[in-house]
Amino acid sequence: MSVNWSKYSAPMAFYPLAGRLIPWFACVAVVLMGVGLYMGFFVAPTDFQQGEAYRIIFVHVPAAWMSMFLYVVMAVWAGIGLGLNARLSFMMAQAIAPTGAMFTFLALLTGAMWGKPTWGAWWVWDARLTSELILLFQYAGVMLLRTSIDDLRRADRSSAVFALVGVVNVPIIYFSVQWWNTLHQGASVSMSTGSKMAATMLTAMLLMTLAFWLYSVAVILSRVRCIVIERESLPVWEGEPTVVQKVAEVR
Amino acid sequence: MQWGSASEFFAMGGYGLYVWTSFVVTALCMVWEVLALWRRRAAARAEHRAMLLGGTDETAA
Repeated sequence: MSVNWSKYSAPMAFYPLAGRLIPWFACVAVVLMGVGLYMGFFVAPTDFQQGEAYRIIFVHVPAAWMSMFLYVVMAVWAGIGLGLNARLSFMMAQAIAPTGAMFTFLALLTGAMWGKPTWGAWWVWDARLTSELILLFQYAGVMLLRTSIDDLRRADRSSAVFALVGVVNVPIIYFSVQWWNTLHQGASVSMSTGSKMAATMLTAMLLMTLAFWLYSVAVILSRVRCIVIERESLPVWEGEPTVVQKVAEVR
Repeated sequence: MQWGSASEFFAMGGYGLYVWTSFVVTALCMVWEVLALWRRRAAARAEHRAMLLGGTDETAA
């Protein structure tokens, strides 16, 4: 079976496909979030060093991972948009930015909530925290640059270039705990050494991460659909053939 | 399971304020994002419909 995937690069074809996918991603996200929260609060044991405060990890780490991952995905779509001059790619990049910014804000906020009881400070200017704060400004920059330019095509291209240049910060955030002496702890999960956590803690964290990832997909797809309606002047919504028909009659 | 009672669960070993603030704000942000998208979608569709059916000077041009 061969599927012509390239046809979905047209916003008109992508719109109904995204509409069919959203409920699935949303449902699985809700289920995984429920299981993840249950494991995080009722199955995972108390940490011997940090007591119950460590449970913030179940939102902090998924939010922080998503903040970095979404930035890279946004930059990739921006790059594809610039390279192929594809409208849908720019729309994807546009749709990712607010969710990425939200997760960056949440990573910083939950980090402060974790820092206060364990370090005794809401905020320190260490490399990990500072570079994550810069990521928040980058998301804000991408969005503000877009809204400040009236011409859509120029707005697309300018914010895409901004997003691409800023991607250099993502490895800096990720490796900051290795490169510099930070107050922020090192990676609890790594490709080379595996996990340093109890198995149930790790499972709960990974479930929450997967849930956040699926939530992001659902929300971003639905934002892309909004953007398609706002930007394309064709009757694209599904389930209302009468309206389309009326329009056809009027014309 | 490590919780003797509901109040023990909500106290989170004395870290309740920090733990629950983190989780509640995260949940609120997600709910707010979903609601905002619903409203944005409804507004976009309404505007689109008005533009296509209204026959006002927006479409006349």
